[in-house]
Parts: sequence; C-alpha cells; structure tokens
Amino acid sequence: MPEPLLSLEGVHTHIGRYHILHGVDLVVPEGELTVLLGRNGAGKTTTLRTIMGLWRASAGTIRFAGQDITAAVTPDIARLGIAYVPEAMGIFTGLTVRENLVLATTAGRFDAARLDAVFALFPVLKTKWHDAAGGLSGGQKQMLAISRAIVEARRLIVVDEPTKGLAPAVIEHLIGGFRMLKESRTTILLVEQNFHMARSLGDGVAVMDDGRVVHAGRMADLAADEALQSRLLGLSLASHQ
Amino acid sequence: MKRDIAPWLVVPIVALVTLPLMSFPTWVTLTVAGAAMGMMIFLMASGLTLVFGLMDVMNFAHGAFITLGAFIAVSVLGRLAGWTGADSIGLNLLALMVAVLAGAIAAGAVGAVFERVIVRRVYHSHLQQILITMGGLIVAAQLVIVVWGAQPLQVPKPVALRGSFLLGGAAIESYRLAAVGLGVVLYAVIHTVLNRTRIGLLVRAGVENREMVEALGFRIQLLFVGVFVAGAALAGVGGVMWGVYQEIVTASIGDEMTVLIFIVIIIGGLGSITGCFQAAVLVGLTTNYVGYLTPKLALGSNIALMVLVLLWRPRGLFPVAKQ
Ligand SMILES: Nc1ncnc2c1ncn2[C@@H]1O[C@H](COP(=O)(O)OP(=O)(O)OP(=O)(O)O)[C@@H](O)[C@H]1O
Ligand SMILES: [Mg+2]
Repeated sequence: MPEPLLSLEGVHTHIGRYHILHGVDLVVPEGELTVLLGRNGAGKTTTLRTIMGLWRASAGTIRFAGQDITAAVTPDIARLGIAYVPEAMGIFTGLTVRENLVLATTAGRFDAARLDAVFALFPVLKTKWHDAAGGLSGGQKQMLAISRAIVEARRLIVVDEPTKGLAPAVIEHLIGGFRMLKESRTTILLVEQNFHMARSLGDGVAVMDDGRVVHAGRMADLAADEALQSRLLGLSLASHQ
Repeated sequence: MKRDIAPWLVVPIVALVTLPLMSFPTWVTLTVAGAAMGMMIFLMASGLTLVFGLMDVMNFAHGAFITLGAFIAVSVLGRLAGWTGADSIGLNLLALMVAVLAGAIAAGAVGAVFERVIVRRVYHSHLQQILITMGGLIVAAQLVIVVWGAQPLQVPKPVALRGSFLLGGAAIESYRLAAVGLGVVLYAVIHTVLNRTRIGLLVRAGVENREMVEALGFRIQLLFVGVFVAGAALAGVGGVMWGVYQEIVTASIGDEMTVLIFIVIIIGGLGSITGCFQAAVLVGLTTNYVGYLTPKLALGSNIALMVLVLLWRPRGLFPVAKQ
C-alpha cells in the first residue's frame, strides 16, 4: 500500500491548559475523499487546526506528502499544497469576491480555465464578482470559501463542516460541487455531521470521540452496518436529522 | 449590501452646521486650519491604526517617531538655511521635502529596530506591550535629549511658508495649505497601495482575519514588519510637518500628540485607514471651531467628540469586521 498523502500518528494537542486531542491516528489516502465524523466537541476542528499548524501538536507526528510537518508553521504548510476551509469560512468580508479569490492564487493571477470551472460550479460568484463578500448569503460565502480552495490546483483540501446552517437546496448544490471535485481525483478531508452528505461522498471514514479516532474504515462498510452506525453516531445522528 | 453612507456625512455636517455661527471668511480660515491639523494628525496616526488592526499590538511609543521626525526637521532645515531663506518657493519647498524624506527614513529605520528588538517579543500580551512600549517611550525621550539637548529648539520655517495670504477676505496660512496638499497626496498613496496592490490587499485581509491569511500561505509576520516600518515612517513625516508648524520643538512634542492620536484611531474604528482619515479631519475641524466659538471647552471637546461617536457607533465610524 502506498504511503497516504496525509497521516497523523498519536497526535496530542493542548489549547492553553486544556488537553483536547489524546493521540489522534488518521490517514488520508491520495485521490480519496475521507470524511471525519463525530459528535459536537469530539475534536474534529481541533484536529484540522492542528494539521494546519494553527494549534501546535504537543506530541505525535503529522506527515504530508512524505514530509514531517508537525512543527511547520501555517504558511509553509499551506504552501506545500494544502487548502483549508475553516468552520467559520474565513471570508474577508471587506474584500470583494474577486479579491478573496485572487488572494488564494500564488502568483496573483487567475488561470482562465480553472476560473471557468469555478464559475461553472458556482455561477453566482461570477455575478457578484465585484461585490463586497460581506454582502453574500451564508451559502454563497461557503461557495466562495470552497472556490478559494480550488481556484488553483492543491494536493489536499481540508474542509470543516461546510453545510452547517445552510438550507437543504444549498447543501445539494455543495454536494454536487464535491462530486465534481471527486471526479477530478482531488484529495479531500471533510468534516461533516450531515450523514446524508457524508455517506454520499465519502470513500473512507474516521469517527472521533473525546479527542481520539475511535473508528476508521471504508464508508461503504459503515453505511451498510446500521448497528455500527448507531453505536458510533447515535448521538450525532439523532441531533442532526 | 447597501452602502453605509452615514459615517461619510459626519465631517461635511460638522463643517456646515458651524457655518451660520460665524462670518464666512472666519469659517474658511478655521476650516483650512482644521483640515491642515487633521492631515498632520492623520499622518501621525495612520501607522498606529494599521499596526493595531493587523497584530493587536498597542504601541504607546508611537509618539517617539513623531518626536524624532520633529527633531530631524530642526537638524535638516537648520543645515539647509541657504534654501529655507532663499527667495524662491521652489527651493523653500525642496528644503521641506528633504526634511520630510529624512524624517521618514530616520523614523522608519528606528521603527524597524524597535519592532525587531522589542515589539516582536510581546505579540501575545497587551499588558506587556503597554509596559514595554511605555518604557521605550521614556528611553526614546532621553535619547532625544542626549542628541539634541534638553532646550526647546527653533525650527527654521522656509520663508515662502511663513505668514498668510488673503483669499476672498479669509486669511489662509500658506504652511497649512502645504500641509493639506501633502496630507491629501499621502492619503491617496496609502489608499492606492491598500486597494490596488497585492500587499495592500493582504494587509486589509490580515486586519480582518490574520489566521486565514496565514492559511492561504502568507507570512503575516513579514507583512506586519512592513506595516510597522511604514507606519513609523509616516509618523516621522507627521512629526516633521507638526514640528515645522509649531516652530518650537521639545522632547515631549510626540507625547503631547499621543492622546489625540488614540482618540482619532478609536473614533475612526481601529484598523481602518478610511476611518483614521475621516476622524483626523473631524478632530482637526472641531478643535478649531470649538477653540474659536467657546475657547473654554477646547480642551474637552475631543474627548466629548469621542464619547458621542462611540455612543452612536461603539466600534467607531468605520468599524473593521474582526474574526
Ligand atoms: N479555543 C479553545 N479553548 C479551549 N477549549 C477549546 C477551544 N477550542 C475548542 N475547545 C474544546 O475542545 C474540544 C473539541 O473542540 P472542537 O472544536 O475540536 O470539536 P468539534 O468536533 O469540531 O465540534 P463541533 O462539531 O461542535 O464543531 C471541545 O470540548 C471544546 O470545548
Ligand atoms: Mg468543529
């Protein structure tokens, strides 16, 4: 088996005095969409932030594309080819849609073909091109946040709960977007509590609880095993359907 | 999103409501004086608001860059006596420009050292920032005394910029006009850099959400050093202009402006250059109008202005969205 694109081994993270991650093991294989599930407060966001260097791991190893990035700083991690879409989306509201996107390009120029692909996925961004991003709706902001991650080729896209607070129609639209990304074999690590979305998109799945990964496997197996689902996800399913 | 125009109306409204309270020539004189003062305050304050917006750093030593600029003006203009005394507007203005440039370079260089040696160590603690930058201010004032002595020094104002001329019955000081000109030009430059260049875009983005700028692959630290140095240089320019305007320079000239500068960046909205500019002009105008209409209230008028603005808009005229 080839080395996974991203791997975490025994990762611990402290935030201030609090010990949040207690030895997270996680692999994200190249070319797959891996879903990270888990109830509220399980440590999903903390895991993503630790990968990005926004929190520092106090123990354990994080490897990306054959490199140890455990102690690397956020800009360097990003430059290795990881795009991060945070839970709060991280849209610069005072900047226009165009300005938000241009900051996601390394040279400050758009690749016309990729930009067209982004517009094909989310046409509304084209009509709002010169509008302040602060005026977009929640769903449009999420589309912009995801577009920022794909406006240039990246090796890995890390997305934290993109459907949170969005209307069902918008969620369907986003699912369509992720499907197109999957077809282009983009590697994705997706935190998602919406099991409908998780099941329809995930190749691999990892379930977190209390700062650890308590289950890892194929999404198809989890989707077929209702007993396992209710054991692992009972709580989060009950609260999200 | 509809554009919020209310904060843009404050300066015009203040200027218009005072018009009936005095003769037109007086109003013109005071308005030019207020605008000139506002421009100089803007130069002195602009760096501070960006430094705070970008890194949450409180730099109470910012006034030291102003003081340094003022003393550089003394030294440079003193050496250029041939130009400042010449009967040529060109040479007079050139002398002032040389002083402005020297003030910018000196304050920028000192700012770079100050950032490296002191500010960088206290990014994460406001209390440490306050204590150590206050300490830096005291040290700076002593260093100024070591170099320039403890006596107040006279600044030789270029002859063409002394005195005033009449414009439709209103007396206008030439130097104030020069200050307004320089202020407008520098504001346009800052505005263009912030809105039309990639670096400026990153600064604006960083003021809103520093983490996201880093997650996009940019080193906010480098950006911050650049902003800090540019802000120090602008304060140096402001110090040169203010020193020449005052004509007498003391080691406390920067400290005396510090409170006013903090009032301006709070009224404008911390981190906003547009806000800083509008608030500086507003403070300059009200200081002059109130000083003429009710001199007894002049001292408190800026504080009162700040309270009024904050009651209306708790985060200033042009609040910056922070995440
Ligand atoms: N800045 C912080 N300071 C202290 N504790 C924190 C901080 N951020 C998160 N935590 C704690 O860490 C734990 C994990 O939080 P995290 O945000 O990673 O969970 P999550 O799985 O993303 O949850 P959610 O589904 O609600 O987004 C929670 O108990 C949370 O209270
Ligand atoms: Mg979370």
